Amino acid sequence: MGMSLQQIVFGVLSIISIISALGVILSKNPVTSVLCLIVTFFTIAGHYIMLNAQFLAVVHIIVYAGAIMVLFLFVIMLMNLNAEIEPQKRNWLKYAGAISGGALLLVLLGALREAEVTPLQSGSTEIGLISNLGKTLFNQYVVPFEVSSILFLSAMVGAVVIGKREA
Amino acid sequence: MPVQYYIFLSIALFCIGVMGVLMRRNAIIIFMCVELMLNAVNLLLVAFSKMWADAGRVDAGGAQIFVFFIMVVAAAEVAAGLAIIVMVYRNSQSVDINIMNRLKN
Repeated sequence: MGMSLQQIVFGVLSIISIISALGVILSKNPVTSVLCLIVTFFTIAGHYIMLNAQFLAVVHIIVYAGAIMVLFLFVIMLMNLNAEIEPQKRNWLKYAGAISGGALLLVLLGALREAEVTPLQSGSTEIGLISNLGKTLFNQYVVPFEVSSILFLSAMVGAVVIGKREA
Repeated sequence: MPVQYYIFLSIALFCIGVMGVLMRRNAIIIFMCVELMLNAVNLLLVAFSKMWADAGRVDAGGAQIFVFFIMVVAAAEVAAGLAIIVMVYRNSQSVDINIMNRLKN
């Protein structure tokens, strides 16, 4: 049975995203971790496009690659961190962390392997287009939208207050 | 294409994030792993949104709105969290998470 183009693209994107996600947690240099995470975010944006969520893909790239990761990179370079002063956990703690993460992986895989879900159609849907999402957002979710603006304002004020030197 | 593939990919990304939180001591890396876990959940929500849209549901866009709000909260969280990390670094010249032990006494 041949693989469809969709499955090939999915496979390539998934392999890249998992390898770069492993790079985030395994690399000793924080800057390398940030770059790996940016690669992961771009592959996730590719998945969004494959799932007909075009608006979310664009927002994802703008917010994560454009704002959040730049902020991370900025902080890391400001602190001048490098691999030499990187704090290391004791070895058995690392193994314990890896084993418990792997156990969680196994439990989730085992629990959801038999889940009854309908397969995705290869045709495209209109649901992720900005006009449809905008209608949903401003018809059904106006109040959460406004509340999130207050959340942003408080986060902004909080960041400034925390970052201020000795108030 | 089975939606199971997306479930497995999301589980893998989420568990990599969990491993990172448990294995590393650098506060910034731990923070990045939290972002990775949030993104795994977002990917799963978008896959289920596609699944419901294929099934003909008109309200399947709600999941994508939910993803949108998760992104909003993540951005706010990063702004406040990085400010806290910078403050800790300024006071102790380190981003080691074990520094937080001092809060105990």
